[in-house]
Amino acid sequence: MAFLSAVSHKSDESEKKRSFLPYLLLLPGLVWLFFFFLMPILTLVSTSTKTPGLGIGEFDQTYRFANYWDAIVNSRGQFFRSFEYASIATIMALIIAYPLAYAIAFRSGRWKNVLLVLVVAPFFTSFILRTIAWKQILGGQGIGFKFLTWLHIISPQSHLTASAFAVVAGLTYNFLPFMTLPLYSSLERIDPRTMEASGDLYANAFTTFRKVTLPLSMPGVVAGTLLTFIPAAGDYVNAEILGNPQTKMIGNVINARYLQIVDYPTAAALSFTLMVAILIMVTLYIRKSGTEELV
Amino acid sequence: MSASSKDHDLPIGASELISAPFSRRALLAGAGGLGAASLLGQLNVEGAHAATPATLRWANWSLYLDYDNRTKKYPTLEAFIKKTKIPTKYMEVIDDNDSFTAKVQPQLKLKKDIGYDIVTMTEWMAARWLASGFVQKFDDAAVPNKKNVLSFLETRPFDPGRHYSLPWAGIIAGFAWNKSKHPKGIHSIEQLFAKENKGKVEVLSEMRDTIGLVMLWQGTDISKPFTEAKFMNAIDYVTKMIHDGFIRQVKGQSYQEDLISGDATAVIGWSGDINQLNLQNSNQFGFAIPDSGGTFSTDNLMIPSTSPNKLSAEKLINYYYDPVVAAKVANYITYVCPVNGAQAAMEKINPAQVHNPLIFPDDKMWKNLKVFRGLTPAEMIKFSTAFQKASGNG
Repeated sequence: MAFLSAVSHKSDESEKKRSFLPYLLLLPGLVWLFFFFLMPILTLVSTSTKTPGLGIGEFDQTYRFANYWDAIVNSRGQFFRSFEYASIATIMALIIAYPLAYAIAFRSGRWKNVLLVLVVAPFFTSFILRTIAWKQILGGQGIGFKFLTWLHIISPQSHLTASAFAVVAGLTYNFLPFMTLPLYSSLERIDPRTMEASGDLYANAFTTFRKVTLPLSMPGVVAGTLLTFIPAAGDYVNAEILGNPQTKMIGNVINARYLQIVDYPTAAALSFTLMVAILIMVTLYIRKSGTEELV
Repeated sequence: MSASSKDHDLPIGASELISAPFSRRALLAGAGGLGAASLLGQLNVEGAHAATPATLRWANWSLYLDYDNRTKKYPTLEAFIKKTKIPTKYMEVIDDNDSFTAKVQPQLKLKKDIGYDIVTMTEWMAARWLASGFVQKFDDAAVPNKKNVLSFLETRPFDPGRHYSLPWAGIIAGFAWNKSKHPKGIHSIEQLFAKENKGKVEVLSEMRDTIGLVMLWQGTDISKPFTEAKFMNAIDYVTKMIHDGFIRQVKGQSYQEDLISGDATAVIGWSGDINQLNLQNSNQFGFAIPDSGGTFSTDNLMIPSTSPNKLSAEKLINYYYDPVVAAKVANYITYVCPVNGAQAAMEKINPAQVHNPLIFPDDKMWKNLKVFRGLTPAEMIKFSTAFQKASGNG
């Protein structure tokens, strides 16, 4: 501040320059957001109220807001299923990722960096390939399937692929790193002395976790659940590759409306509805969880 | 041959010839058919030092051109490049008519180059391209081999006389099965949805094939006008089979992987796929046209309206209508060969395939195959919405 006030009385011109600087720094981001966020959203909204024109793929603007109602009523099953699968996958990912992140943050010693690289390693392969790999693992000839039949958990006559189980498993796996990394970064910042202090005050390990560690890691939990839930709710790859016609999610409906039926208005209405629905849920969730900062 | 015909595209000799009193069009039209083509062929050999023409870009489906695993090359295409000196980029970018078209349609409307000089679209989609004016008309003199197209395919209603499209291959949809699970084979819809197949059946995401086969079984002739109610009857049947857990998935060509892995044991699939699968998997799979009739369609070569390389594209199409070349392709892709004379040429290439009815159907087989009738735009939206809904997408 001292520096700023020192230069400020030098000349008005340089002050003008300084106050202009923050906007200049923001410019690339704003331009990017304008072209690749705002414009597409506006196009999306304007497409969503059109009705089919003469030829296939041609639509006239008629401001038909009933498109939204029709779309939601027709696809309410898939909407509900998307949020259901995404919620289960998020909880599963949290259950798997929390101990993992805890171990990396507090117990891994010199293996910390290696373990972190391992968490991120799946990103080196394409998302689609990883999902197809799951199809192999869970398929009738796959090692996953054979292992589970060997343990007599499932019968050899049953099948794991083309099921809701496979879709949720795929979602959980694919978004696990998004859960692990924010959790790790939250846990890693916790001062170990707070836990020692808890012990000094005669809290047992469980109480320390419940009263100290977990509350301090809440920003990580909130960030991780959001980063998992949001993309999982809109995902269609897992349902397409690992599911069956009765496990389709809202992303599959949007995909089919856009590319198979060539019904852009309904696809746009569904996309916009999905976006708004997620926005509302996220807002409520952040309010409820009461965290100000994320990560 | 529009404004795009630049003289530097041509071998030196040809340019000199043409810059005289004739235009290139006049030369081709005047010399007529075969003569002009052989003349051009001759000139190409002479003009080896000419500037290389622009790269020809061909969009096709996967496993749809003869491929040599050892050299990692397409032999017939290599021969074409060697012969004409036209650099050609072959791209296996089409895996679905709808999604491919949806991706290029905006540019076609804006008349901007879509990046392909030849596309390969299934008949019903080819009809839509034609109706939208997305296709360039052939210069018949530049495609003299056009005369070799099977007469049955020459007169298709969407392009009578074949001025805008030529079939690349004919596709038969029918039943395919794992022989170890179904030693007697599958010949009817009842057998396909037998109790023991529950959860192991897959059907095609190509509406006209899956719904077409069911409609034929329900006694509706899909090639003649039928009512919406008849179509919806078949949709209801498929919906029920999905709901009752008989149908595992509704998908495109990837049903092949599930047949191999055993996740699916009986499917509605395409003839050529099963032929190719059998070559790689010691004849494990059977294929049959349903007793109640199979569906037939063609994939068609077309030159998009935005292509700047029409002449090169015509040369390539003409080349693949040579019976010997067509037989080589058919021997590999094992779909129905649309070229007259290829059956005779097959004697020398692979005698075992000469009497394969799935490549060269006999009269009896043709009688049992139906082509799905053309749909109006309104029907198209209504029917495909219903089909997507049945498949869980809506």
